[in-house]
Amino acid sequence: MKSISTTLKGVKLMPDYNNSFSVMVNKEISDHVKSWKFIIIVALILLTTFASIYSILNLIKNNAAVINQEDNFLFLKLFTATTGSIPNFMTLISFLGPILGIALGFDLVNSEQNQGTISRVLSQPIPRDYFITSKFAAAISLVFLLVFSIGFLVMGAGLISIGLPPTLGEFLRIFIFLFLSGVYIAFWLNLGILFSIIFKQSATSALASLAVWLFFTVFYSMLVNITARSIASNPFDLRSLTAALSRLSPNYLYNELTTILLTPSIRTLGGLSFKQLQGAIPSTLSLDQSLILVWPHFTALIAASLICFAVSYLSFMRKEVRA
Amino acid sequence: MAETIISTSELTKKYGDIKAVNELDLNIKKGEIYGLLGPNGAGKTTTILMLLGLTEPSSGSAEIKGLNTTRDSIEVKKFTGYLPDQVGFYDNSTGKENLIYTAQLNGMDAAAAEKKAEEMINLVGLDNVVDNRVATYSKGMRQRLGLADVLIKDPEIVILDEPTIGIDPTGINEFLDLIRSLSKENGITVLLSSHLLNQVQQICDRVGIFVKGQLLAEGSIKDLADQLLEEKEINLNVKIKDYSEQTVEKIAALDEVREIKEQENLLDEIYQHYFKGGEVDARL
Repeated sequence: MKSISTTLKGVKLMPDYNNSFSVMVNKEISDHVKSWKFIIIVALILLTTFASIYSILNLIKNNAAVINQEDNFLFLKLFTATTGSIPNFMTLISFLGPILGIALGFDLVNSEQNQGTISRVLSQPIPRDYFITSKFAAAISLVFLLVFSIGFLVMGAGLISIGLPPTLGEFLRIFIFLFLSGVYIAFWLNLGILFSIIFKQSATSALASLAVWLFFTVFYSMLVNITARSIASNPFDLRSLTAALSRLSPNYLYNELTTILLTPSIRTLGGLSFKQLQGAIPSTLSLDQSLILVWPHFTALIAASLICFAVSYLSFMRKEVRA
Repeated sequence: MAETIISTSELTKKYGDIKAVNELDLNIKKGEIYGLLGPNGAGKTTTILMLLGLTEPSSGSAEIKGLNTTRDSIEVKKFTGYLPDQVGFYDNSTGKENLIYTAQLNGMDAAAAEKKAEEMINLVGLDNVVDNRVATYSKGMRQRLGLADVLIKDPEIVILDEPTIGIDPTGINEFLDLIRSLSKENGITVLLSSHLLNQVQQICDRVGIFVKGQLLAEGSIKDLADQLLEEKEINLNVKIKDYSEQTVEKIAALDEVREIKEQENLLDEIYQHYFKGGEVDARL
């Protein structure tokens, strides 16, 4: 141990406490990027995306005329067409996205608690909410970065291989689709963060988040069917009730949303009466019409995401931090 | 007379009906080493958490340098270092990286933080393991890294919660010496909580006896002992060159001595022999 007085009085620099947030975000991002779970899940997403794009590009190259029979949105088919054996990009994201979100979120708070680092960090001169907001900011920026880079990679691959440039409308649709995918993943991320605050063990919070996800992907539609059938009196009621109940599920919202955004030929979410159909000219929806159609979904998804974060924020701020 | 730097008035924390801390009035002067001595569950950690604004008091208030610890906790934490009893580090980062992170949270830029971290690592004697992952550190090394982590912000006040748990006797002495010399040379106020009397008496200027959320007595160890007892039992460790019954009788013959008990302290001998790390107290 060296002489104490000289070392302690060594350098005295003017401290600047405003950078703490970016320091924390940087640290969180580097922790994520270095962690195995992140590497594994990114590899998984990249591999499946590659497989899906590869098969779809083959399909489009050979059968462009057939696929493009009805409308002029060939480029969007990159995201929505399917060969049957391998799911398309849209389905992939709706399936792997939640897993990505949960993987990034489920141990953010409780792992620090178990390591005992939380009390050390919180005894530094930083506002308490930096701890949670920096984690959220880091994870969310990674999610958006990942979604957009993969999306643009897919577009690039399509551009090179089929040589057909996207129209502005198509590009905007894809851009909005990617943004919404980010929001959707953010919902699961926030759910993971919430559980990581509620549960002390990372394993419990991971399982709880996955349970919620499974519930919505597998069981929720069954439940909706049973309930709707028992309540509704006629087929029209049944249909609207089913749709209304289904839309409580973020999965369903997201799927409807992306389907409408990426398939302009879908003109409505509910049923149309014969009266409404009479005299309608079969055509595609313009971007703004598609957006109007899904605007409620859009709002609901963002709201769900925000509510989840707000609840986790509150419960974190009220939590007592013991070493 | 030194000014009061930490003060609490009627500080109370309730968990349900249980009062973990009960109307505590604590006054700690600048530059002293104050020992908060009490059994487990006496409310020592809760008091410390309230001093740092990590927990809100149910009633009463605590002030550090005149700043309310609940409302101005960020200000307070700029010059107050805290070493929790189970200090945690990011296991997958090196000791140095951990320190740099803390330094940056205390407003240093990357270059200054790195320099400061190296200084602190030298100070606590962890030079050899600075680039190893913290996961490979022993408990004693972690505790030292914890001290470095506390000192990196150039604190005026250091709060240590059971800092010697899990360190071997030699390590404890080194650790306590380090704290004492730091405090005396740099005028740092130290608040140390412990349930081990002999450690507290080793380095503390004043001691508060803290039981069931209440401060029962306060003062230097000597004052406290004087207050309580006229006839004292002191454990004297006497080293005898050539042991014989006569020597013992000679000591027993002194007027002041009432009773003498032989207690062979073999463990002490063993430690002295093999570890040679200064004074060793095997009763720990």
